[in-house]
Amino acid sequence: MDAQHLNLLYVIVAAALATYATRFGGYVLITQLKRIPPRLEAALNAVPAAVLTTLVAPAFVYGGFDVAAAMFVAFAIGLRFSTLRMLLVGWVAVMVIRHVIL
Amino acid sequence: MNRDDFRAGLRGGFPVMLSASPFGALFGALAVDNGFSVADAVFMSATVYAGASQMVGIELFGNNVQPWLVVLSVFAVNFRHVLYSASIAKHIRHFTIIQKLLAFFLLVDPQYAETEQRGERGLPVTFSWYLGFALVIYFPWILNTLIGALFGQLIGDPKAIGLDVLLPIYFLGLVLGFRKRDRFLPVVATSAVASVAAMHFVGSPWHVSIGALAGILLAAILPPEHRLRQGPAPVEKEA
Repeated sequence: MDAQHLNLLYVIVAAALATYATRFGGYVLITQLKRIPPRLEAALNAVPAAVLTTLVAPAFVYGGFDVAAAMFVAFAIGLRFSTLRMLLVGWVAVMVIRHVIL
Repeated sequence: MNRDDFRAGLRGGFPVMLSASPFGALFGALAVDNGFSVADAVFMSATVYAGASQMVGIELFGNNVQPWLVVLSVFAVNFRHVLYSASIAKHIRHFTIIQKLLAFFLLVDPQYAETEQRGERGLPVTFSWYLGFALVIYFPWILNTLIGALFGQLIGDPKAIGLDVLLPIYFLGLVLGFRKRDRFLPVVATSAVASVAAMHFVGSPWHVSIGALAGILLAAILPPEHRLRQGPAPVEKEA
């Protein structure tokens, strides 16, 4: 097994432990604190949307015209429909742009 | 173990399993595309078992982001589970310690939502029910990852068949799933601007930490909104 692959296994195990910590952590926290302070809760609540946005916005701005156009179409779909449909329509959009239009 | 409760759990979890299946397969295919082996992908689904963060993990790993930052990002995306486990604590107090250890491992978004609802409606949250609901989602998730990963091995150039747009669109879908939460727009707008600026001025992968931190700080600083909701709202669009 090469070093790169061993590295990946470490990352997966660490990610699994980190995830488990979040799933157990709240239980420990609530039995100690009884109540989570409102500002802490507000910050915690914002974490996933904030992190995921950082994977979306740069892809839209720096990903090229085809990716940006597909994301825009998917966004419009996502306001009404499921993520699965967003993926399907966004995929069709990028394929049309790459293979038909360009 | 109560067989009827276990079966009720299986029935309840079944539709969740169906809707999560394409995402399991998608994860498997994209993981292989990002340099994972089939075994790595299956191993990650079996141990991390949190769809969105697994996608974040493969995206960052594929871009050669430092290992500690990959783990930190997975941790951050999964941080909502702290609120889930805090919130369902009152419903599962009667579980034994071993049962709790297992229950928390299986605490994905729909598991939280169902457990909370069941508890609020006054129905008994038994371990048998909880396990039935969880396992009918967990094992197919692993199997679908395997199927997707085997399929992913057959793909030559992911860009030619448009696979490269799927991750950003998937993440966009997840972000939209949070849009009914407090302070959604200011947080997302702040993180978007900060991450784009960080990408330009500092470079990848710092756009993740800097962008996320900007949105989180804003949420903590803004005056608290009054809410009547009990417990945190689960993610709407995710496996």
